Amino acid sequence: MAMFKAGDIELEIDEDGFIQEPDKWTEGIATALAVTEGVDDLTDRHWKLVRYLREYYLKFGVAPMIRKLCKDTGFKLNEVYEMFPTGPAKGACKVAGLPKPTGCV
Amino acid sequence: MAGAHKFDQVEYYKPEDLLALDYRPPETGWMDTPVDFRPGTWIYPGKPKHLEYLDLANPRQWAPTDENWKLPENWKEIVLAGIKERLEKYRSFKIFMDICVRCGACADKCHFYIGGGDPKNMPVLRAELLRSVYRNDFTTAGKILGRLAGGRELTVPVIKEWFYYFFQCTECRRCSVFCPYGIDTAEITMMARELLNLLGLNVNWVIEPVANCFKTGNHLGIQPHGLKDTLTFFADDIEEVTGIRVDIPMNKKGADFLFVTPSGDFLADPGTYTCMGYMMLFHELGLNYTWSTYASEGGNFGLFTSHEMIKRLNSKIYAEARRLGVKWIMGGECGHMWRVLHQYMDTMNGPADFLEVPTSPITGTRFEHARSTKMIHIVEFTADLIKHGKLKLDPSQNDLLKVTFHDSCNPARAMGILEEPRYVLRNVCNHFNEMPENTIREKTFCCGGGAGLGTDENMEMRLRGGLPRGNAVRHVQQRHGVNRLTAMCAIDRATLTTVCDYWAPGVKVAGIHELVANALVMKGQKERTINLRLEPINEVEEQPICEVEE
Repeated sequence: MAMFKAGDIELEIDEDGFIQEPDKWTEGIATALAVTEGVDDLTDRHWKLVRYLREYYLKFGVAPMIRKLCKDTGFKLNEVYEMFPTGPAKGACKVAGLPKPTGCV
Repeated sequence: MAGAHKFDQVEYYKPEDLLALDYRPPETGWMDTPVDFRPGTWIYPGKPKHLEYLDLANPRQWAPTDENWKLPENWKEIVLAGIKERLEKYRSFKIFMDICVRCGACADKCHFYIGGGDPKNMPVLRAELLRSVYRNDFTTAGKILGRLAGGRELTVPVIKEWFYYFFQCTECRRCSVFCPYGIDTAEITMMARELLNLLGLNVNWVIEPVANCFKTGNHLGIQPHGLKDTLTFFADDIEEVTGIRVDIPMNKKGADFLFVTPSGDFLADPGTYTCMGYMMLFHELGLNYTWSTYASEGGNFGLFTSHEMIKRLNSKIYAEARRLGVKWIMGGECGHMWRVLHQYMDTMNGPADFLEVPTSPITGTRFEHARSTKMIHIVEFTADLIKHGKLKLDPSQNDLLKVTFHDSCNPARAMGILEEPRYVLRNVCNHFNEMPENTIREKTFCCGGGAGLGTDENMEMRLRGGLPRGNAVRHVQQRHGVNRLTAMCAIDRATLTTVCDYWAPGVKVAGIHELVANALVMKGQKERTINLRLEPINEVEEQPICEVEE
């Protein structure tokens, strides 16, 4: 499995670049993961979204519905795509260290 | 096709490239043409942690593009013993291996062959990949004559070919409709995948949901408090639309019936709107029902793994029905779930003699056809309500929608539920048009993403496989201005969204009970100005639908 390096931290990532040990996530890793998504600068708006995803994940163990994410953060879906061009599931969840949702989705 | 985008993104693929189809077979014979694992046409392998969790064989890191797949040392022995065991256990498998006369009636019926042109996606040839090994090692003619009798030796390249092509079959069974012998090609794919699983060869898009389902009760890994939070979120939106606060009965002992739906309805739009529709219907009728956090998955990705796995995952439904003491079970708008429920559940985990024959508490209708499984489909329940005049409906609430209906493969071909969804749709909307005859009912075209194939790294195959369906949608879009494709399947609602965006842009996807709930006039509701998507119901949509051709 490929490894992802951020500073002195090294983490396993899957084929899509999602980290395999979400518990080892740090804000430094988020910044480095964002670069892989073409987001070189995480603004306050980015962080608001990332921290929301992180908190939801720690509470529920999965990613939230996109509708819930939008309602709770106040961001419209197109704004999420502006911040994370690959979208909420692939881009924002990856940066927040969440696993990729699988199944009938 | 290269560009700024990656192969797992729709934008990477230009329609004119995908449509430049070449149906000429390769120069070399099929036995001598090795498989080409090009990006966009195969799925990432199952992660070892999930295989370990499920006690599946040979958990390890590997990739199909690796030369060495790290197979067990005695891999050949394992597969041949696996074939022998299954030939003895499943009479259907033996018959399907023997009786094909290679007439070719199925050849051009597969959506992957139509949209891709690879001869090994002709169902007859895909089956031949396995059948040739059967002939070589299990028939007298093959043992003596080998290749002359259509046999070939089982080798590592054959295993690689199996992995590639048996994960390019969605087990949709359209080809079987046209087979004069009624060979069930899905069963052949199921057998091949069982054999591959003996070597630790499977895909993560199937195995992770299976592991999640085992751990938490559903494919997505939603835990009890997460499900409660999700349904509460839906209730909030329903209240915004209708002014009515719906109940959320969970794990309720002594309810009349248990309701089970695919977990995609809890996470992914537009399935979430369908889920809201169920909640509104049940509330309006005052039904004594319950959700379960243990049996919180109608789908069963075990169907895409092995018979053993189908049974393991499915067992939760009857177990929970027994624990809660319900009388019967109702299922939601899921596709492959109905093949399992209709054709396997009773014999695998039944008899459900502790349950009663499902009976509508509103109309008194006894659903005699569900006498053995004790489980009915929500659309037959709703069709029965409408037939008896028990729902107050205002179809004009859906007037902005120009609707067509996609028969999901399994409800259509595995349980024959063809009329009920149409009857319901005609009662809840004013604009309904069918797609061409050859693409609906028993002959419906797959979404291209079923059976665990609906993941983004498989995007080229999804778009190719979605072409026949997308083309039919495009036809009714141009002819009748259709802007909404309805379907009773969570995989459909997820993957047809991509197919429509690509082949028929402007058409959006919905479940049937989203439209039912939009039309449902609830007691004490406020004036409806928005639909379940919180969009105005009476204004022209922002984007024009399409150019209508006369």
